[in-house]
Amino acid sequence: MLRKGLLAPIRANRPSHSSKAIRQRKTSTNRTLTALSTLSPSSAAPFAVAVSGVEKAFGPTRALAGADLAVRPGEVVALMGANGAGKSTLVKIISGSLAPDAGTITLGGRTVSFASPREAKAAGVATVHQATDQAGAGGLTVAENLLLDEFCGRGPLFVSGRSIRKRAAAIAAALDLDLPLDRDFIDLRPAERQLIAIARAVAAKASVLILDEPTSSLSTAEAERLFTIIRRLAASGMAILYISHRLGDLAAIADRAVVLRGGVIVGEFAQPIDFPAAVTAMIGRRLEAAAHSGEASTAPSILSIRNARLVPGARPFDLDLRSGEVVAITGTLGSGKSRLLRVLFGLTQLDQGTVTLDGAPWLSSGPAASIAGGVFMVAEDRWASSLLPPETPGASIAGTIALPHLPRWFPSGILDTMRERAVGNDAIRRLGIKAKNADDTLDQLSGGNQQKVVLARWQAAPCRLLLLDEPFQGVDVGARADLITAIRNSQSASATLIATSDTEEALEVADRILVMRDHSLFAADDGHGSLTAAIGSVETAETRTQP
Amino acid sequence: MTDMSVQTGAPRRTAFELARRYALFVLLAIMLVGFWWAQPAFINSANLFSILQAVSVVAILGVGVSITMSAGGFDLSVGSVAASSVMAASYAMVVLQFGAGETFALVLLMGALIGLANGLLIVKVGVPDLLATLSTMFLLAGLQLIPTGGRSITAGMMLPDGSTAKGAYDPAFLILGRSRLFDIVPLPVVVMAIVAVLAWFLMERTRFGRVFYAIGGNETAAHLAGAPTKAYRLWAYVISGTLASLGGLIIASRVGRGDVSAGASLLLDAVAASLIGFAVLDKRRPHVLGTVLGAIFVGVLLNGLTMLNAPYYTQDFVKGVVLVGALALTFGLGKKKR
Repeated sequence: MLRKGLLAPIRANRPSHSSKAIRQRKTSTNRTLTALSTLSPSSAAPFAVAVSGVEKAFGPTRALAGADLAVRPGEVVALMGANGAGKSTLVKIISGSLAPDAGTITLGGRTVSFASPREAKAAGVATVHQATDQAGAGGLTVAENLLLDEFCGRGPLFVSGRSIRKRAAAIAAALDLDLPLDRDFIDLRPAERQLIAIARAVAAKASVLILDEPTSSLSTAEAERLFTIIRRLAASGMAILYISHRLGDLAAIADRAVVLRGGVIVGEFAQPIDFPAAVTAMIGRRLEAAAHSGEASTAPSILSIRNARLVPGARPFDLDLRSGEVVAITGTLGSGKSRLLRVLFGLTQLDQGTVTLDGAPWLSSGPAASIAGGVFMVAEDRWASSLLPPETPGASIAGTIALPHLPRWFPSGILDTMRERAVGNDAIRRLGIKAKNADDTLDQLSGGNQQKVVLARWQAAPCRLLLLDEPFQGVDVGARADLITAIRNSQSASATLIATSDTEEALEVADRILVMRDHSLFAADDGHGSLTAAIGSVETAETRTQP
Repeated sequence: MTDMSVQTGAPRRTAFELARRYALFVLLAIMLVGFWWAQPAFINSANLFSILQAVSVVAILGVGVSITMSAGGFDLSVGSVAASSVMAASYAMVVLQFGAGETFALVLLMGALIGLANGLLIVKVGVPDLLATLSTMFLLAGLQLIPTGGRSITAGMMLPDGSTAKGAYDPAFLILGRSRLFDIVPLPVVVMAIVAVLAWFLMERTRFGRVFYAIGGNETAAHLAGAPTKAYRLWAYVISGTLASLGGLIIASRVGRGDVSAGASLLLDAVAASLIGFAVLDKRRPHVLGTVLGAIFVGVLLNGLTMLNAPYYTQDFVKGVVLVGALALTFGLGKKKR
């Protein structure tokens, strides 16, 4: 039983992988088997959690076709897979949100079957979801949210504000989290909500912790802190299943990586993880490294910012964007990346300084004026900022793309749905969006495809300046490559400014990388493709800002 | 069991979804046939049009409610606006001796202004929709009583200052509520149909409707997509207020006096019609067609039960049952099982 779980991936071997990946897997199996024989020669199951032969179908779609996965106590296992590979389904099954059609789940050696997430939670499986708005309850303070499970479970009848605060502070301190305990949950940023979700899982004394894209909204420094926490939790014997699209995360944290594709495990890699091979296994093809050179330096300038101060007291900076240029701004959360984009989109004002767009002063009064002037923004967190719930009219791919363009496309006011669909179908073809047709609602698409639709929205009209805030959030490696191609191909006469806290993403997409720290820009290079220098300065800046 | 549902899941779900989509139409047809069978007089055209006439005001108010709902708001003041409109129309004609045309203009303007006040309270002052319109509801319910000292308005009534009202209802005004098109279709039904078609077109076939729904679905997304969200929300309440006062005009022209108790249950009936409408065509959102159908559904049921001698006091219970059923159909039943 136990051996089967480990060996199944090897048998599920497909000839499509490089020999290196297979070698890696063999090594990993040898190592795990050795480890097992030394650790537990006779005892039944040392696995904190194990699933074997799990199948799940949604109508005609087989999300999982006999997946096997096992995590030992104290082990951090990375679950990798492209969008639609079945990662979320597997996580939902382990965490009790979905019932499998076939297969077994064992927890600490005992076969279990969860009827609800609550049962899973009671059995010691804690899940931190990617959607941070479910990490706590609005209207309660951070301190109250940290103790929420206790209140909802068998907590004491009477609680005093002081004791809540004290115990919440203890929970936060145990994890080395600096949380604003008295703030309302609703006012927190996604990154802070994520930390609360993790703290809650830890406070609930879980034996298995599932982290679904935990770093997608964290800055590098915060991610580092999270890794420290994860290592400490693993050292204390917790089994951790870690789902992330960021290869950097996995290299830093995972003991073992398991690759899921088409609903089955297609590869297993031990440390040191061979990421190129893992990525190849994940997307079933080789990923072209995107390297860009700054050839745009003679092109006309589109945007120029002079002597700008984002907030009072910050160091003023200048910024120039040329036609056809893709510039990435990287920096920690709260460094002012998003704020700069919001200034350019007219959502907030500069403290001082001037902005010039195509030679004319640019002072937008808000989104409507910005869009009319050809300045488009894709805000971070697409479900909060761009997409509509599925029952809303216009929540389809066609409607999502059309929303900002309605006044220009239909000046009479009467909708022409054929035109919307044509644009939607064109976007599906051009960006390789996986969907039946333009009438599909966005909730039916995977994260990467949702983001492609959001990008397509702003490519549907002539653009001067495209602002992208964390455009690769919750997007897998394959879809990210497609997005980058789409961003770069559309750059003929416009400029693109991307804010991302992920250096790797910045390197992949941009001609030029700038670093933002304390609401000020620090130039990284001269625009001649000296990306090594860029990384250098980014890393330096990040080291400096780390506490 | 799970294996079976995997194999046969797809076609069965489609059939089930089809059933959900047209559930209210099917139930309505069953009801019509059932009442016809039990009481043949039910199906004659006079009775059917009397049903439509009875629901016309509720449907018009419901359309207003569903437009505010689609923009993420909720207009609780429609019942009070309609009731105040009855009083205002009566006061204008009986006390101020206005003609029919002036009265119409005055009352519709009043409705629009109340809607504007609601909208400003919500958009500019920042009071949550439900609370703002709840307070307007109370305010109007009291305000309509003050000019007449709490009495109903009839021709020749005694005014608070001791004098007698000199005016009377303009006969032209009564045409709206009491005459029929081609001697068969009551005018209120014609008005309801026009309002429904115009509102349906606005909400389903124009970009304005699209933006109303976008604001209700995700106001931030609509704002970032360049929509003037505050203006739209303001307009939703202006439309709702105007439609509510139109409903009040229909009541006034039918009753022919300013009855202080007119429109007592209008709010709840209009809200119920909007909510029942969620289930129509399985839209799970407020929409005009659903609201009108929801109002008609309740009207047919009450009329049929009355013809079968069900006592009047069971009416609210019946409405409640329909509402619970429709909402369960919308939100609960048949949602994909885990």
